[in-house]
Amino acid sequence: MITAKLLSRFGLSASALIVALLAIAILFPLANLALPPENPLHVPSHLLPLLGKYLCYAMLALALDLVWGYCGILSLGHGAFFALGGYAMGMYLMRQIGPRGVYADPILPDFMVFLNWQELPWFWYGFDQFWFACLMVLLVPGALAFVFGWFAFRSRVTGVYLSIITQALTYALLLAFFRNDMGFGGNNGLTDFKEILGFSLQADSTRAALFAASAIMLALTFALCRAITLSKLGKVMQALTNAENRVRFIGYRVEHVKLFAFTLSAMIAGIAGALYVPQVGIINPGEFAPANSIEVVIWTAVGGRGTLLGPIFGALLVNGGKSYFTAAFPEVWLFALGALFIAVTLFLPKGIVGLVTQLQERFAARKAAAKRQKQTAPPAKPALNPEAAE
Amino acid sequence: MYSKLLQLVASALLVVVALSFQSAHAEPAPQQLVNALATGKLKQKPAQIEALAATKNPAIIPVLQALIEGELFYLKNDGQVVIAPQSGPMIDAATGKPLSGLNKSSLKKIKANNKVRRIARAAIAKLTLQSPVLAERQAAVEALFKAAKPESLSLLLEAQKNETDPQLQTRLAQAIALISLQDKAATAKAQQAAIAQLRSLGGQQALALLQAFTARDDIAPQEKEAATRAVEAIEKSMALWGIGQNVWYGLSLGSVLLLAAIGLAITFGVMGIINMAHGEMVMLGAYTTFVVQEVIRSSFPGVFEYSLAIALPLAFLVAGSVGFAMERGIIRFLYGRPLETLLATWGVSLVLQQAVRSIFGPTNKQVGNPEWMSGAYELGGLMLTANRLWILAFALLVFALLLVVLRRTRFGLQMRAVTQNRRMAASMGIRTPWVDAFTFALGSGIAGIAGVALSQIANVSPNLGQTYIIDSFMVVVFGGVGNLWGTLVGAMTLGVANKFLEPYAGAVLAKILTLVFIILFIQKRPRGLFAQKGRAVEA
Repeated sequence: MITAKLLSRFGLSASALIVALLAIAILFPLANLALPPENPLHVPSHLLPLLGKYLCYAMLALALDLVWGYCGILSLGHGAFFALGGYAMGMYLMRQIGPRGVYADPILPDFMVFLNWQELPWFWYGFDQFWFACLMVLLVPGALAFVFGWFAFRSRVTGVYLSIITQALTYALLLAFFRNDMGFGGNNGLTDFKEILGFSLQADSTRAALFAASAIMLALTFALCRAITLSKLGKVMQALTNAENRVRFIGYRVEHVKLFAFTLSAMIAGIAGALYVPQVGIINPGEFAPANSIEVVIWTAVGGRGTLLGPIFGALLVNGGKSYFTAAFPEVWLFALGALFIAVTLFLPKGIVGLVTQLQERFAARKAAAKRQKQTAPPAKPALNPEAAE
Repeated sequence: MYSKLLQLVASALLVVVALSFQSAHAEPAPQQLVNALATGKLKQKPAQIEALAATKNPAIIPVLQALIEGELFYLKNDGQVVIAPQSGPMIDAATGKPLSGLNKSSLKKIKANNKVRRIARAAIAKLTLQSPVLAERQAAVEALFKAAKPESLSLLLEAQKNETDPQLQTRLAQAIALISLQDKAATAKAQQAAIAQLRSLGGQQALALLQAFTARDDIAPQEKEAATRAVEAIEKSMALWGIGQNVWYGLSLGSVLLLAAIGLAITFGVMGIINMAHGEMVMLGAYTTFVVQEVIRSSFPGVFEYSLAIALPLAFLVAGSVGFAMERGIIRFLYGRPLETLLATWGVSLVLQQAVRSIFGPTNKQVGNPEWMSGAYELGGLMLTANRLWILAFALLVFALLLVVLRRTRFGLQMRAVTQNRRMAASMGIRTPWVDAFTFALGSGIAGIAGVALSQIANVSPNLGQTYIIDSFMVVVFGGVGNLWGTLVGAMTLGVANKFLEPYAGAVLAKILTLVFIILFIQKRPRGLFAQKGRAVEA
C-alpha cells in the first residue's frame, strides 16, 4: 500500500530510488557485518565509509540542485554550508574525546590546550550534548543562508553576481577558519575523534550504522525535495527560473520563495556535512575552498540539473571516478575533471538524466514511426534526398 | 706685471696638480712607523698607533683594519710587516703591493688585545672623518651615527670644526646631538641644542632617545618640557608618515589588483563572459617570463636586464592565443548562458593548471629581478621599493593603453558597438564573431602581461592564478561592470582599505572584512560603484 502511494505520488524512477536507498541502507551493512569475508557478496570494511562519504556528497549535490535546478540560483558556496554542518558535528565529536586527548584535559580539546587557552570559548558550550549539536547542524548553515539570502534576494542580486558573492562568502569563511584565534582548530581543523553517542568510531558496527544513516537521510531528503518540487511551491520555483520578472508581476513574492529554497538547501547541505565528518574522521578549513563548491556544481551538472535524481547519480559517478583516477593515474585526474566540465556544458546541458530521457524519447518516436510504417504502406522513396532514405 | 700674473697662475696650477696628485695616488704609509708595529710589547702598541694616526695618511687604514681582524703579521727574519688575509694574496703593509713567494710559516702574528683594537678603531674613525674624499667622510659619520657611542663624541666635535659640506655638517650636528643627549655630563645648553636637533631629525631612533631622556630624573624641568614637546612633535609627524606609508602600500596592492583585474574588466565587464580561467592566463604570463629568463640564462646571459621587456610581448601572445582558442573552441557556443560559461572556463582552468604542473612541476619557480627593479627609494619618512614603484607605473600604463585602444582605435569602436547592440553592429557590416574572439584574446593577453609583472613579486607556481581570481572578480564587481574607470577606482580603493585595516585587524581578518564589505556593498548597489545606466543593463 505504501509502495502504491509512493508510486502515485513520486513517479516510478523517484520511488525506485527511494526504495533502492532504503534497501542498501539495510543490505550493505548486513553484507559487511553478517557475511564472512570469503563470501563473494561480502562488503569490505574499508569500502563502507567510502560509500557513505559518496552518499553525503550526493546529498550535497541534491541540496544544490534544489536551488540551482529549480530556482536558477547557482551557488558557488554550498561547500560552506556543508563544512559548517561538518564543523558542528566535529565540535560534538571533539567534546566526546574528553580526557582521552593527548593533553588529557577533561574539557578543553587538544588544540586549545596547545594554544594555552584557559577556558572553553562560549560558542563551544552545549556541544557536549548530541541533540544540541544536531540542532546546530541545521541552524548554523540555515541561519547563515537565511541572512545572506535575505540580503541578496531582497536587493535582487541575481545570476553571475550571486554566484560570485557566494564564492566570496565561502572564500571569506575559508580564510576565517584558517585562523587559530577563531577557536576551530585553525589549519588542522578538528580530528582525532574517538566515539559518537558512546560507540567507537573505529568499530565496524558504528561505521555500518553511519552508512545506513547516510543512506536513509539521503532517501528522506530526496523525498522531501521531491515533494516540494511537485507541490505548487515547486511550480512557482520552476517558473521563476524561466521568467523571474513575470512571476513577480503575477504577484508572487519571489524573494520569499528563493529564500525558502536557499535556506532549506543549506540545511540539507549541513546534514550532509554532519554525516560526512564522523565517516572521514576529520574536518578542516580546506572544505571551505571555493574549488570544492564548484566541484559540487559539476556533479550536479553531470547528473542533470533540475531532476533531483541526476545530481545523486552525478555525485556518485564523479566521486567514484575521482577515487579510481587519483589512485591509478594521479596526473590525469585534473585533466579528466577539467574535460568533464567542458564536455558536460558543451554537449550534455541536461546531464546524464537528460541524455537518457532524450534517448528514450527518440526510441519511442522511432518505435511509433515503425508502427505507423507497418500499418500503412511504405511511402515512396523521395528521389531528391537519397540520404534520408537510409 | 704680466710675468707676475703668469707666475701666480703657474703656482696655482702647481698647487692644483699637487693636490690632485695627492688625492689620486695617496702616498705610501710611512715604512718606518708601520714596521715599528712589529717591535715592542703590547703595552707600546697604543703609542705606535697614535704615531701612525698622526700622519693623517689614509693608507694606514687597511693596516689598522688588519690589526683589528688579526690579519697583520711580520716576517721573522727582517721584521717587515705584512697583511695576510684568510684568503687571497699577502700584501706588504707599508706599500700595499702584493708579495709572492712567502710562506705562512715565516710569519709571526702581531698581537692585539681589546684595548688595542679599540684604539685602532678610533684611529680609523678619526682618519676617515678627516679623509679628503666626501663619500668616505659620509660613511664614517653614518657609522658613528648608527652606533651612537659616547666615546666618539670628541671625534665628531673635532670633525664638525673642519667640515665644509653643509649636508654633512647637519648630519654631524645630529650625530652629536644623539650622543650628547645620552651624556650625563652634558650642559643644559648642549641638551637644549640636542633636543632641537633631534626634533628636526625625527625618526624612531631620535624618538626613543628623547623618550629615554624625559624619563631621566636628573634634568631640569625646562629641558624636560622641551623634550616632551619634541616627542609629541615627532610622534605626530611619524603618524602622518605612517598614513602616507599605508597609502603607498595600499596603492601598491591596488596596482597588483588592477593588473590582475583589468583583463577581466574586458572579458567580464565588456563581453559579459565569466572567465574562471582568467587567473590561469596570469599564470601563463608568469611562466612565460620564467621560460624567457631560463633561455636567456643559458644562451644569452648578457641581455638578462631586458628579460622582462622580451617577456612582455611573448606573454601577451601566449595568453592571448590561448584565450583566442578558448573563445573559438568553447565560449562561442555558450553565449547567453553565463552560468555554463563559468563552469566550462573553470574546466579550462583545471586543465591549464594541471598542464603547467605536469610540464614545470608543482614547486615554485624562481623568477629573477633585473637590477633596475631592485632597491628602494627613501622619500621623507616613506620607503618606496623599486619593484612596487615599477608595477604601479606599469599598471597605470596598461590601463591608459587599454583606454586608448577602446576609445581611439577602429577595433575599440567595433568592440563597443558589438557590446551595445550586437544585431545593429552586425547589420553595419561588423564581423561580430571575430570581434568577440579578438576582444577575448585582448583580455587574456592583458592578463598575460599582468603575469609578467606579478612574477616579480609573487610565487610563480601552478596556483598563482587561483590566488588572484576571487580578488579580481571582487574588483570588477565592486567597480562596476563594463566600466574601466570603475575597475581603476575599485582596485585602488580596495587596496588602500585593505592596508588600512591590516594594522588593526591583521592581514587575514582585513581581507575577510573587505570581502564582507563587498558582499554587503553589492546588496546596496548590485551594479557596482559606476553602474551602467539605461537599457543595456537589463540585457
